Order: sequence, then C-alpha cells, then structure tokens
Amino acid sequence: MRYITPLKAARGTGAAGPSTGTLHHWVLTVTSVALAILTPAFLLVMSRAVGLPREGVLAYFSKPYPAIVTALFLIVGMYHFVKGTRNMIDDYLSHTERKVAIIFSEIFAWAVIAAAGYALARMALTAVIV
Amino acid sequence: MGDIPRGNRPLSPHLQVYRLPISAVTSIMNRITGHAMLAGVILIVWWLVAAVTSDHAFGWADWVMRSWFGFLVLALSMWALWFHFLAGIRHFFYDAGHMLEIDEGQKSSWAIIWGSVILTLISLLLFFLA
Repeated sequence: MRYITPLKAARGTGAAGPSTGTLHHWVLTVTSVALAILTPAFLLVMSRAVGLPREGVLAYFSKPYPAIVTALFLIVGMYHFVKGTRNMIDDYLSHTERKVAIIFSEIFAWAVIAAAGYALARMALTAVIV
Repeated sequence: MGDIPRGNRPLSPHLQVYRLPISAVTSIMNRITGHAMLAGVILIVWWLVAAVTSDHAFGWADWVMRSWFGFLVLALSMWALWFHFLAGIRHFFYDAGHMLEIDEGQKSSWAIIWGSVILTLISLLLFFLA
C-alpha cells in the first residue's frame, strides 16, 4: 500500500503534463511549420500534374522532386489531420462516441497514407532510370 | 436553481440574435477548412492510385478530376488550404504572445479572409497557366 493521497497520485498526469496535451500541441506546431513550407511546393507540383495524360502523370511522379514533395505533403498532412481532428473530437464528443471517432480518424488517416505511398512508390520505382 | 421562477426572460447570450465577432468566425473557419480540405485530398489520392492501376481506372478518376465537380472540389479545397495556412501562421504569433488584442485579432481576421481569396486566385491562375 502506498501512503499518498489521491491528489498526490493524480498530480502531473493531466493534459497539461509533459507527455500528453503539451506534446499534442507541439506535434501540431512542428507539422504546421513543415506544411507551411510544403504547401506552395505541393500546389505547384499539382498544377503541373493535373491535365497530363496517364503516361505523363506516371513519368512526372517518377521524378524525385514531385514524388518527394507529394509524399511529404500527404504523409505530414494526414498526421497533422489526425492531431487536429483529435482536438475537435475531444471538444464535441465523449464516452464511446469519442473513442469510436478517434479510432476511425486514425484508421482513415493511415489508409490515405498507405494508398498515396503505394501509388507514389509504384510510379517512382517502376521508372526507367537513365 | 431550478425551482426559482425566472419568468420568460431571454437566455444570455441570446443565441438567435448573437452575431459572432469576426475573430470567432475565422477561428471556427480554421477548424472547418482544416477538415473540409480532406475532400481534395481524397480526390487527389484516388487519382494517384488510379494512375498506377489501369487505363480504365485513370480514365474515370481523371474525368471526375477535370469535370466541373472536380474543379469545384479542388478550387474550394485550395481556398480551404490557403485559409488554414494563413490562420495557422496566425497561431504561431498567438503562441509567441503577439496579436492577442481585440483590434489586432479583427485586423488579422480580415487579412486571413482576403489573403486566402487572393492566394486562391493566384493559385488558380498558376493551375491554368502551368
């Protein structure tokens, strides 16, 4: 048996502690700086890619710059999405609804990352390197 | 509290006639735009996966992407992205303790609204010229 009061046991474990709420905010901050840099680059890449025929799209995303910018934007973006959506879920939902929403937002984000990563890898790795 | 006769007095703030301050509008718009631009992400990832799947799959995705519906989704997502971009940059200033006065919040709100419209128009121009 531990001789501490319930208050003592609870102190430092809340959202303001060093590992949950603060880290959540910090991750959102770091990813938003990354996305602020990536946003103009991603829009330029997409402005060149949309409208190309299929062979053109495959060739374009087999180049390092468009492939890496797109992969970074979508992966970091979906990670940022999970953290931002979690804020909204915590604000508006509670109990089982909250848990279900958190689980499905994470599953959805990883599915998008997997799909984008697969497509970009296929385009990058099947290219003939000269 | 419940058994005190309160008459037919209005609630405070009276929600039907309460006009949100502009800084509150841009604050909630930051959350809405962050989630709404997911439509654009889904369309782009579908299009990327279709490009490595087959001519038939790409034909479908590319047709949707370049239809009026696809244009609407991409253009609105682009505006949402720029709005979220500018509102996110304002959060960096908030975190550093700046721009927290009421008049500064109102000015930065209008800057975000007009800035996002201007950046979207420039991006759309690039999309059609590049």
